[in-house]
Amino acid sequence: MRPVHYYRCLRGIVWREALRFLNQRGRFLAALVRPLVWLLIFATGFRFVLGVSIIPPYQTYIPYQVYIAPGLIGMILMFQGMQSSLSMVWDRETGSMRTLLVSPLPRWYLLTSKLIAAVIVSVLQAYVFLAIGYFWGIHPPHMGYLTVLPALILAGLMLSSLGLFLSSVIRQLENFAGVMNFVIFPMFFASSALYPLWTVRQANERLYYICKANPFTDAVELIRFALYGKFNPLAFAVVGGSLVVFMTLAIVGYDPGRGLITRRGGAE
Amino acid sequence: MLDVKTDTGAARTDGSPAEAPPLVVEGLSHAFGERQALRNVSFQLNRGDRTMLLGLNGAGKTTLFSLITRLYNHRGGSIRIFGWEIKHKPSEALARLGVVFQLATLDLELSVAQNLYYHAALHGLPRREAASRMRREIERVGLTERMRERARTLSGGQRRRVEIARALIHQPRLLLLDEPTVGLDVASRQFLLDHVRMLAREEGLAVLWATHLIDEVDADARVIVLHQGRILAEGPVPEVIRGANASSMREAFDNLTGERDA
Repeated sequence: MRPVHYYRCLRGIVWREALRFLNQRGRFLAALVRPLVWLLIFATGFRFVLGVSIIPPYQTYIPYQVYIAPGLIGMILMFQGMQSSLSMVWDRETGSMRTLLVSPLPRWYLLTSKLIAAVIVSVLQAYVFLAIGYFWGIHPPHMGYLTVLPALILAGLMLSSLGLFLSSVIRQLENFAGVMNFVIFPMFFASSALYPLWTVRQANERLYYICKANPFTDAVELIRFALYGKFNPLAFAVVGGSLVVFMTLAIVGYDPGRGLITRRGGAE
Repeated sequence: MLDVKTDTGAARTDGSPAEAPPLVVEGLSHAFGERQALRNVSFQLNRGDRTMLLGLNGAGKTTLFSLITRLYNHRGGSIRIFGWEIKHKPSEALARLGVVFQLATLDLELSVAQNLYYHAALHGLPRREAASRMRREIERVGLTERMRERARTLSGGQRRRVEIARALIHQPRLLLLDEPTVGLDVASRQFLLDHVRMLAREEGLAVLWATHLIDEVDADARVIVLHQGRILAEGPVPEVIRGANASSMREAFDNLTGERDA
């Protein structure tokens, strides 16, 4: 297997993900409607309820919808990451994961390719969201649209690798519905996506530390800073570190020698 | 094509195995916790061998297939595909292996051609070459006109035919089929049996076909009788029948497994 084989394989996996995506326009719309509902309705309703003081990276008072935009982008990335892992659980049940795993390239490479394909799709969605948000008062500096790209990719990889790891541990789809409830919602609400953490701290110190420890908070902050052309080193380190941890766990989960598939046995 | 069994592959290591037999399984054992799924299983497939792996549900067929396709690693024994030990040289081994799984594995949202192209890409084939091989394989299973249609619109038998075409796109010399006829009508089943027989006879493909249907085991094939994780008999069908003091494969199977149970 030469490098050109690796390239063709990655291209094939990304191409398939793109096709699936185009074939499921409903999925694309649903994934966009969710954050847009939050932006257009929730943020408007809460506009005057929450006072947002001047916190970095912002330099002036900002309307609430500007505050939650990065959190909603994080939501897009997280849902997309979980959805791609949902499709993997589904793939595994229908057997198309088997065709992937029986192909000759190393397994870590196949899984990473799958991850990259999923992230490309979710980054695309994030940009569509930003484009619509522009008409709703979300005006980051022009350069911000460019500087946010690496943050989107890194955060997307981290959240998708979490999904990938979960897909290696969870066997049934029924359980996955539970994961949506037990992973996605807690991660979203216990983060800085909807409210600055200092407001949480005033209300509940313990919850504040939970939010602080949540890597989704760092994903949101990384995006928030990057959108304004600023770099948040702590958030970068946490998101990068989490990516390495989740990816390692996912590769172990799918490893033929050690993985959970081994312990459980086949479909027999 | 009942050729003489040789031992050329037995002593081979992970070197360059141009002449090694398509599949050599030696002393293979596997357990899930307490449950022993395979016990000391050994057999060999030579070029052009069409071997039916016959066993009841739970005999260990799926475990054996999972190990040969490296869904998970085997613990005891060895599996060599054209001389490449699957555990140590998975890429070399898997590149020479075509598989039709028991479960349907086509992506139903994609067209037939897209499914095939995806598979070709996973094997690192260039686009142009993939396209010509796809045309050839799909023509041989008589589905050329359906190339652009979504897999969802195909019948169960047609999907299976696409899966066989797909398994051959990277031109493997060893084809594994795990109960491929389950749920198919008589005509589709016959088509698959004939197609695979032709592949073995005319192209020298080595085939391992798992089944629990004794009717699928015809007299020109070789057979491996797997029962409770053990091989009870192996060889050309007429020899196995004779060896079991039987007049038909069904009787042979009953004799073999009955003895074991008693």
